[in-house]
Amino acid sequence: MNSALKLDLRDVSTFPTRRDEAWRYSDFRRAAPANIEVAPPMASPEPGGPFAGVNGDELTFANGRTAKGQAHAELLLEGGVQRLRFVTDANGAGWQAEVAVRVAAGAHVTLLETYEGDGGGYVASVHLSFGLEAGAILERIVLLAEPADAVSVSIADVALAPGASFAQTVVATGAKLQRHETTVLHPGQGADLRMDGVYLLGDVRHADLTTVVAHAGPGGKTSQLTKGLATDSARAVFQGRIVVERGADQTDARMRHDALLLSDRAEIDAKPELQINADNVSCAHGNTVGALDAAALFYIQSRGVPEAEAKALLTQAFVGEVLERIEHEGAREIVQAFVAERLGALM
Amino acid sequence: MLSIHNLHVAIGETEILKGLSLDVPAGEVHAVMGPNGAGKSTLSYTLAGRPGYEVTSGTATLDGEDLLALAPAARAAKGVFLSFQYPLEIPGVPAITFLRTAVNAQRKARGEPEMGAPEFLKTVRAKAAELKMDFDMLRRGLNVGFSGGEKKRMEILQMAMLAPRLLILDETDSGLDIDALRIVAEGVNAMRSPQRSMLVITHYQRLLDYIIPDRVHVLAGGRIVASGDADLARQLEREGYDRIVAEAA
Repeated sequence: MNSALKLDLRDVSTFPTRRDEAWRYSDFRRAAPANIEVAPPMASPEPGGPFAGVNGDELTFANGRTAKGQAHAELLLEGGVQRLRFVTDANGAGWQAEVAVRVAAGAHVTLLETYEGDGGGYVASVHLSFGLEAGAILERIVLLAEPADAVSVSIADVALAPGASFAQTVVATGAKLQRHETTVLHPGQGADLRMDGVYLLGDVRHADLTTVVAHAGPGGKTSQLTKGLATDSARAVFQGRIVVERGADQTDARMRHDALLLSDRAEIDAKPELQINADNVSCAHGNTVGALDAAALFYIQSRGVPEAEAKALLTQAFVGEVLERIEHEGAREIVQAFVAERLGALM
Repeated sequence: MLSIHNLHVAIGETEILKGLSLDVPAGEVHAVMGPNGAGKSTLSYTLAGRPGYEVTSGTATLDGEDLLALAPAARAAKGVFLSFQYPLEIPGVPAITFLRTAVNAQRKARGEPEMGAPEFLKTVRAKAAELKMDFDMLRRGLNVGFSGGEKKRMEILQMAMLAPRLLILDETDSGLDIDALRIVAEGVNAMRSPQRSMLVITHYQRLLDYIIPDRVHVLAGGRIVASGDADLARQLEREGYDRIVAEAA
């Protein structure tokens, strides 16, 4: 199963609209201009980025181009840490890039993927494909840190071999429209999947976390936890679909989405779906949208912590459950600090 | 120290406190006793600044400064501490992190330097040991999975770390067995000082066997209807509220 969309920024007919069911809550055609100029080349950014503190190899796309000027790249990962950075410095222009990632059989890899934007009004589109060979382990951590008026779409297709393990944590901070989509073909047979997400949205930012997991073989496990919050006039979209295909018996799939709606003008659209066509499966999903606990908030304030700081503490604790599931310790600490800083600014 | 004058407080349309006046001089411990529904918790929440408690008239000052105009955190930084009847559970915020955040937020508000990690940890360890608290418990989410007694001890630990000038104990004895009550009372008594005032709000006299008050006030119908020394509490225990409230009316 691949994501149905093949977005091409040069061809407006490929732009999804709200009439496309999968894009009902994120109107790309409305957000993006019809004629997108190609972003000019930019100087190579300094190596590092948000995950500079974690040693590893680095591949950077600057305005959609590698150091060699390519709009596509292939990565064969055999171990260690790989940083993958998409850095934009453009105004009112766009770029698109494609990356194919293969994780060798038995390899254990951490991929630190960042979307770092400067400038404004740009349109960015990334298509990634991941192939995990037998027994490969990939932890993918994605930070979406883009300006408020950017339009950014990142779509990944993931194929797991039996015995492979894929764990993902996406942290979205929104943009004019920010869509992060992951489609996983899950063969069961000892393969393991974790698909997590966090969104932290303020102002008029929009973030859309969409996932599709297709269990095609027996005995597969999926654990999915997404937590987020929207304040001001922000809008969050969570679409999670788990399909258990015929024959994918003994599948164990769990999906949770818990959100905080912190303003009357903010909106959270959640669409969790389970489609089960197999027998003897254990599948569950849960979805909650609530407010901050007023009693807890008062309790913290009564100890001398000002309201904004008390809210930051509570929201940090709320999404902290997701971040604790990040296995790479150094990366986890960086993500926790990034989230704490964002929440401090949002509350 | 604390001076409350003709305080009227409403929750929604309902007036709960109807002209309450009370003075607690520095260094004294005053008990406020009263039947259910008298307005005891309303008094403590109003002093701490809980949203939803609307002061319709009257004043409450701490050393001459208007408390009611301040946000809850600012009141705490001025030295107000409310020990909750039912301390809240805050999952995901380790007790130790919470304590350090509170201590340093108050210091910052008062223009004092933050307490560094080594000094903070040393102080917490010593005070937790005094309260017979397991230090590892402080690494867990604040009050999450704590027993009633542990939660109250956690309140006393917060109090000891924050060193408030005005302590308000709201039904601190509720849900405590006699051993826990004794430890909590010892913690409170250790904090008695000429610079610190305490308001002990309770339904039962039992707590006042351990925390001996200088003055006892009876709160009924939203007002103080009788005041006396510690003997008044024992009289209430013997005779019940009805007679004293009826005599005052």
